[in-house]
Amino acid sequence: MQQEVVLALLAKEPSHGYELRTRLRQALGPVGDAMNAGQIYVTLTRLEKAGLVTSEPSAGGADRPDRKVYALTPAGQQRVAGWLTEVSWPKPDLAEFHLKLVAAAAAGLADPIAIVDTQRRELLRRLRDAQRAALSEPARSVAGLLLEGIVLRLQADLRWLEACERTWTTRRDDHE
Amino acid sequence: MSEAGGIAVVGARALRKEYGRDAGLVRAVDGVDLDVAAGETLAVMGPSGCGKSTLLHLLGGLDRPTSGELWLAGQRIDQLGERALARLRREAVGFVFQAFHLMDELTAAENVELPALLAGVPPRKARRRATGLLEQVGLADRAGFLPSALSGGQRQRVAVARALANEPLVVLADEPTGNLDSEATLDVLRLFDSLHTAGQTLVIVTHDARIAATADRLISMRDGAFIDQTLLTGGSAGNLGSLAGLEG
Repeated sequence: MQQEVVLALLAKEPSHGYELRTRLRQALGPVGDAMNAGQIYVTLTRLEKAGLVTSEPSAGGADRPDRKVYALTPAGQQRVAGWLTEVSWPKPDLAEFHLKLVAAAAAGLADPIAIVDTQRRELLRRLRDAQRAALSEPARSVAGLLLEGIVLRLQADLRWLEACERTWTTRRDDHE
Repeated sequence: MSEAGGIAVVGARALRKEYGRDAGLVRAVDGVDLDVAAGETLAVMGPSGCGKSTLLHLLGGLDRPTSGELWLAGQRIDQLGERALARLRREAVGFVFQAFHLMDELTAAENVELPALLAGVPPRKARRRATGLLEQVGLADRAGFLPSALSGGQRQRVAVARALANEPLVVLADEPTGNLDSEATLDVLRLFDSLHTAGQTLVIVTHDARIAATADRLISMRDGAFIDQTLLTGGSAGNLGSLAGLEG
């Protein structure tokens, strides 16, 4: 489990681990079915050691991880803010970007549309560079084929960003 | 505002185009400011119905704005008379459309030389120019073919050659790859890329990210207005390897 995803889920309000799991499952749908239920506690424990979250035993009093309420530390908040604005295609997978939008909207940390715009700008710049390189390759060159792969993947991601923009625009307008 | 510096070839200030009235009022272009510098390739991107085609028609003087200022080749054109506008359009603007708009009964060469003939260029000179342009778009051996004997990509390249017939200050292209398969799209992209290298000013409106990415500058349009502007240079910072998953 990516640490930043868990941190971002906590940005809305201090929560139990199981609440984070529920939010994650809602956001991921069937894609999240294979997720190991204990994974989130492992990540929370690591984050606590790193000083990015703190925990307090909840009303029940027991010191088991699933009874604790977790909250972001200032360092954790900083990490989330940095994560929301960074773009590093092709590395981040679909789920990570998706959860970025979900977490940003839920916590009111950033406008999902602005995150989509930033991502689109970066992807278009990469597309331009890859395409210029592809166009200057002779037709049917083997090296050109790799560039074509980059171009096609970027195009697919840009189309998905259009869908992200549509959905999050609608959701935002519905809430206003 | 102009990002590339230099003199603006095309300019708009508070440009508006409205259709209908009262409850049926549509603001197709809703307060647009724009400068396109000489030699710049600008792409305007947005979903269908965002007003980008209307904007292109206004910029090229094919349609009149409801309000605002329009500049073309250093002249204000929103108040210009019909005949003067037609002349300026013929001399300064080349259009490329999604559906090619070639004359079916004319050969490729005849289609390309037509704008020059209409502008009063002597026939032999117009033909010579058309032959050179067809060569430039890689279709010298198709000069005598009717459009019906050409593929979609070839027809669009003829249309680009025609757009260049009067050495226009600016070429305005409306969804130029919209009707083409990926192979033909690549041919047109190569062609636009070579025009860009040669210093031709280009404005392309499209919903296709691939053609938009040939531009120096990209404007995103929604509901008649510009919502975002991006300079497209330097995306991979020269490291294409990182885009294909190579480390370092």
